[in-house]
Amino acid sequence: MKTLQEKKQEVVENFSVYDEWLDKYEYLIDLGKSLPPYPEDKKTDEHLIKGCQSRVWLDAKIEDGRLWFSADSDAVITRGIISLLVDVYSGCTPEEVAGDDFGFIGEIGLRENLSPTRSNGLVSMIQTLQAIARKNV
Amino acid sequence: MTSTQIRSLFPALQTKVYGRDLLYLDNAATSQRPRSVVDCWEKLTLETNGNIHRAVHALASRATEAFENTRERVRAYLNAADTKEIIFTSGATAAINLVAFSFSEAFIGEGDEVIVSLSEHHSNLLPWQLACKRKKAVLKVLDIDEFGALEVESLQKLISERTKIISIPHISNVLGLVNPVQEIIAVAHKNGVPVLIDGAQGIVHCKVDVRQLDCDFYVFSGHKVYAATGTGVLYGKKEWLEKMPPFMSGGEMIDRVGLQESSFAPLPQKFEAGTQNFNAIPTLVPALELQESILGSAELISEQRELLDYILEEFKKRPRIRLYGTGSAKVPLFSFSVEGAHHEDLALILDKMGVAVRSGQMCAEPLMDRLGVSGLVRASFAPYNTLDEAREFIKCLDRAVQML
Ligand SMILES: Cc1ncc(COP(=O)(O)O)c(C=O)c1O
Repeated sequence: MKTLQEKKQEVVENFSVYDEWLDKYEYLIDLGKSLPPYPEDKKTDEHLIKGCQSRVWLDAKIEDGRLWFSADSDAVITRGIISLLVDVYSGCTPEEVAGDDFGFIGEIGLRENLSPTRSNGLVSMIQTLQAIARKNV
Repeated sequence: MTSTQIRSLFPALQTKVYGRDLLYLDNAATSQRPRSVVDCWEKLTLETNGNIHRAVHALASRATEAFENTRERVRAYLNAADTKEIIFTSGATAAINLVAFSFSEAFIGEGDEVIVSLSEHHSNLLPWQLACKRKKAVLKVLDIDEFGALEVESLQKLISERTKIISIPHISNVLGLVNPVQEIIAVAHKNGVPVLIDGAQGIVHCKVDVRQLDCDFYVFSGHKVYAATGTGVLYGKKEWLEKMPPFMSGGEMIDRVGLQESSFAPLPQKFEAGTQNFNAIPTLVPALELQESILGSAELISEQRELLDYILEEFKKRPRIRLYGTGSAKVPLFSFSVEGAHHEDLALILDKMGVAVRSGQMCAEPLMDRLGVSGLVRASFAPYNTLDEAREFIKCLDRAVQML
């Protein structure tokens, strides 16, 4: 299995081929569309992340000491971002997620360039991931 | 005057975003500022920066003069009877909060009623909601029909003996329809009920004459009609304002102050507590001057009409687009959804194409609930937006929809 570091590196490399913003978005949209289905019965307020113009649902389970995330959104670009986070952090230990700085989001330009409301959404998504991880440490 | 000529007055329209020409279609949120407004602000800040109504020195008296001349200019623009009826605020929200507080203190008691509409911006809903909670009064709501128009026919039924005030928008920031405020005011007055018009969007698209309208209060923000941010106007009939207690206190709004008891200044200072935004308020003068020539230009009016018809026509050709707020009273403010595409995705992609639109709930959650949507995309045009820009917008929108 790839390490967290390797997975993050891979995402940064995948993004580095796109100079144009619209191409980056095309890529995110493709990622969003290929996100595995999220159970409808988990689209509850309890799983809802606040701070997004779009709605985001996040669920986590722990198996053999590793976290597995699944998530969904009603907006496809957000779903693309979520799919990145889900891919990168699923399979990590709670310690790894809780201790990560999520800096790769900045490296691929998402934190700075998404709209402020969206960026807040992203921030709350990350905070939620970290909170779940910390609870399981 | 043409839209192309007006454009040249607005330096900000030359801005590039992501290396592309800016196509600014979020004018309902805030307009751009013309050079004249920026110059006015700069001159006041650099040459006449003294706190108004206080000191005797030259700068203070020049600043006071600029401030008070603005009051006269705004009075004339709105055709108010008296400068005492023009209160400066930081914006429409502040003006509505002022009225909701002070009017309810004086006139609203337990069991009384306030009427707002379903299409309110939160700024004309929440102050009344809070006032009603404070006074144990009831907030009643005038509904909209399937086209987004206010159901004026049901207003008479909604009004009761307990109705103390009606507060409605001149134009909703989502629906973009000029409401029949004259008719609403007539019905209200027949029942002895005063009316506040939230003119935040109305001031942009309509020539406002408060005496002809006979409204009791009219509020607007300067920043949506080309003036500096942090400027706002409350027009109120003297008869009401005089009977209302101060909203905020402190500063020059006083007559005599004692430790336990104080008396307050007459209108308009009674409602202008604390240091006023004296470097910005006078920008209303060049802003309203420009607005006057815009609204008076037959050329611009026909250009705007053409642009409006063009967008309506193009939207109609695209069955996936649903426009909210339709009818003959439409202004070039279009809130819409696209089947199968999320408003946020559309706005994000448009942004990267250089097109600034608004998306989301647009500070009108109850209206979004009523329309059954989680949010919408809004493209709002100003007179400096050209037909070519409208064409470019449609092209970009098509491309964005295709990407999704
Ligand atoms: C209809 C309406 N009312 C009130 C407001 C509030 O204006 P401001 O935020 O300038 O106080 C707005 C601004 O978006 C508006 O569109």
